[in-house]
Amino acid sequence: MKKVITGDHAVALGAKLCRVDVVPAYPITPQTLIIEHIADFVNDGEMDAKFLTMESEHSVMSAAAAASAAGARVFTATSSQGLAFMYEMLYATAPLRLPIVMVNANRTLGGPPGIWCEHNDSMGVRDSGWLQVYVEDNQEALDMVIQSFRIAEDKRVLLPVMPCLDGFVLTHTVEPVDVPQQEDVDSFLPAFAPDIMLDPARPAMMGIFMPAEYIMELRRQTMGAVESAKKVIREINDEFARVFGRNYGGMIDTYMMEDAEVALVTMGTVTSTSREVVEELRKAGKKVGLVKLRFFRPFPSEDLRKALSGVSAVGVFDRSISYHGGGPAFNEIQSALYGMTVPVINHLAGIGGRDVTREQIIKMFEITIKAGNGEKVNPINWHNTRGETV
Amino acid sequence: MITIKELPDENLFTAGHTACPGCGVAMSIRNAIRVLGKDTSVYVPASCAVVFGTTFPYGAWKVPFFHTAFENTGACLTGMQAAFEKKGKKVTSVGFAGDGGTYDIGLQSMSGAAERNDDVIYICLDNEAYMNTGIQRSGGTPFGAWTTTTPVGAKVQGNRRFKKNLGEIVAAHEIPYYATLSIGHPLDFIRKVEKAKNIKGFRFLHMFTPCIPGWKMDPAKTVEVTKRAVESGMWTLYEVENGEKKITFKPGKMKSVRDYLMMQGRFRHMSDEDIKKLQMWVCKKWNLHYKEKGAPEVCEIAPPEEHHAVTEEHREMHGP
Repeated sequence: MKKVITGDHAVALGAKLCRVDVVPAYPITPQTLIIEHIADFVNDGEMDAKFLTMESEHSVMSAAAAASAAGARVFTATSSQGLAFMYEMLYATAPLRLPIVMVNANRTLGGPPGIWCEHNDSMGVRDSGWLQVYVEDNQEALDMVIQSFRIAEDKRVLLPVMPCLDGFVLTHTVEPVDVPQQEDVDSFLPAFAPDIMLDPARPAMMGIFMPAEYIMELRRQTMGAVESAKKVIREINDEFARVFGRNYGGMIDTYMMEDAEVALVTMGTVTSTSREVVEELRKAGKKVGLVKLRFFRPFPSEDLRKALSGVSAVGVFDRSISYHGGGPAFNEIQSALYGMTVPVINHLAGIGGRDVTREQIIKMFEITIKAGNGEKVNPINWHNTRGETV
Repeated sequence: MITIKELPDENLFTAGHTACPGCGVAMSIRNAIRVLGKDTSVYVPASCAVVFGTTFPYGAWKVPFFHTAFENTGACLTGMQAAFEKKGKKVTSVGFAGDGGTYDIGLQSMSGAAERNDDVIYICLDNEAYMNTGIQRSGGTPFGAWTTTTPVGAKVQGNRRFKKNLGEIVAAHEIPYYATLSIGHPLDFIRKVEKAKNIKGFRFLHMFTPCIPGWKMDPAKTVEVTKRAVESGMWTLYEVENGEKKITFKPGKMKSVRDYLMMQGRFRHMSDEDIKKLQMWVCKKWNLHYKEKGAPEVCEIAPPEEHHAVTEEHREMHGP
C-alpha cells in the first residue's frame, strides 16, 4: 500500500512490521517522530511491544542490550548527541553479539550545537562493531529496517545494525512509500530465536570479565562476523528483491558505471541529486557514473575495487570531516583501492546540514574529470565554503 | 516466612569465587540469591563482584548473569524485565550494584527505573567507597574516612562530607519497598529479601557490606563490624513500605561511635574533634530513627571501652 509519509514515519512502520518485542526510547531531534509514531502504535493497540520511556540514551542502549540478551527483538532510534551518549554501550553490545536494530537520524554532533544533517555522529562509532547502512530515500529507510533485522539475527552475523538516514532531508520530508504487507514481512523475517540468552531454565553468564589471555580471540571473532556479514547482506538483498521487488544492489549500488570514465562515490540523500547530474552530464557527452556507498560497515572494499576498476579518476563525497585531512569515506576508499593507480579526490559538502546542490555536484565531477585527465587538482576540496582555512 | 533452617542448601552463587576472605559483598550476594531462588536473572555493573564472580573462563553464578557497564543497573533491569514480561516468563530481575554504581554514577539510571516503578529488585551493596578501583571516595563514604582520594594529609584528614542519605532519595520515588539490611542481622536480612521478592514494582534493598582491604579491618570481624555499626547508629535497620517507615531492629542502648571506628584502620587517624563531629551526626540520625514522641534525645559520647580498642594482632596485620 502506498502512503505519503516522512522518513521517520516509514521507519516506525518498518519497526511495527518487524513485530519488535521491546522499544526503549528517548527523544532527540530529528529522530523523535520515530518513537512518537511507535508510542501511538502501541497505545492504539496496533503494535504489541514493550515501549520503555527511558531517562537517557545511555539507558536506552542499556535496556536494549539487556532486553536483547534476554531474547527479545529490540528496536530503537537515536541521533547525534544521543548516539554519542550511547558510545560506551555500542561497544558493549556488538562483541556481546546482540542483534539490536537502531536507526540513526544523521545530525551534526556539536559543538557548535546544531540539528541539521551531518554524518559525523555515526562516523564516530564506525569502529564499535555495529554494522552501518546509509539510505537514500524513505522507501529504502523502511526496507532497510526490515532487512537489518534479517542481517542482524542471521547466525553467521549476530551483530547490531544501524540504518542511517539524513536528518530532516528524510526524517521530516514526505515521500510516497510502498508499505509492505504484514504477511509478506512475517514470512521474510521469522521470529527471533537466539541459541544463548538470559534464561533461568538454561542459565548463561553474558558479559563476563575477560583477561588478556582470551580477549584477542573474541575481537577476531567479532571481526569474522563483520566479514561474513558481506555475504549475508548480498543474499538478503537479493531475497528482498525477489519478494518485494526492490533491489538496492547489496553493499553498494551503481548507476551508469558500465562504461564510465570518471566516478563519484556518494552516501545518503546526495545520491538522488547526483543521479540526475550524471544523466545531465551524460547528455553533454561526459562518460560519468555513480557509486552509492550503502554499507560502511562492513566496508565493501571488494565491491568498490570491482566497480571502480575501469575509471580514470574517483571522486568521493563526504558529509563529515575526520580531521586527518579528508572525510572518513575518502580515507576508507583510498585504503580499499590501495595498489590501484586511479587518483582519488575528496569532495566535502553538506556539512552541518548545508544544502548540496546540483551545481556543487557538477563541480565535484569537473574537478574529478580534470584529475582523470592528468591535471593537477587539490586532493581534498571543500565545496560551497566561505572564508579562510584557518 | 522462610526461616534459616528452611533456606535451600544449594548455593546459586557458588564457592570458588575469588572475593577476599570476609568480603561483605560476597556474603550478601550468596545469602540474597539463596532466598531469591532459581527463577532469578542477575545484572551486575562494573564492580568487584564482576571480577570475583565471573572471570572468563570461570563463573560462580548458577542463575543467568549479565554485565555491560557501570552506570546502568536500573536501565538494564528495566530492559531485562521487559523481555521476560513480553515472553510471558516469570523471572525476578535483580541488580547487585555497589555504592559508587548507585549513589554516584548510576543514580540517574536507578532513579529512572524507580520512577517508572519497573518490576525489579535493585540491591545496593554499600561498602562506602570505590573498592574495585582501589578505595576511592564515593557519595556513600562516611565522614572522616580515609580513602585514596580523601587521604590523611598534613592539612586535610579524610573525607570531609557526611554520607549521602540515599534511603530518603530512593524512598522519595514513592516505590513500594525500600529496606536497609545487614549480614550481622540474618533473620532481618532473610525476611526483607523474601518480602521484596513477593512485592510487585520497584524494590530497593540497601545492604551494608564491610570491605576488608578498604576498611582496613580484620577479615574475621565482618559480622561484628556490621553489628557494631547498627549498635552505634552508623547503620540503621528499617523499611519503607508504600511510604510507611518502620524500624525493624532497634539496638538496646546506643553505643559510642568510637567503638565502631576503632575496629577499622580507615578511621584510626581521626582526631577527637572529628570523632565528636561524627558522633553528633550519628546522634541526630539515631534520634530521627528511634526516638519516640516525648522521649528525651539520646547521645552517647563516652570514651572507648578497653576491649574495643585496636588489638596488638590487628596492629601487626594492618600496621599502626
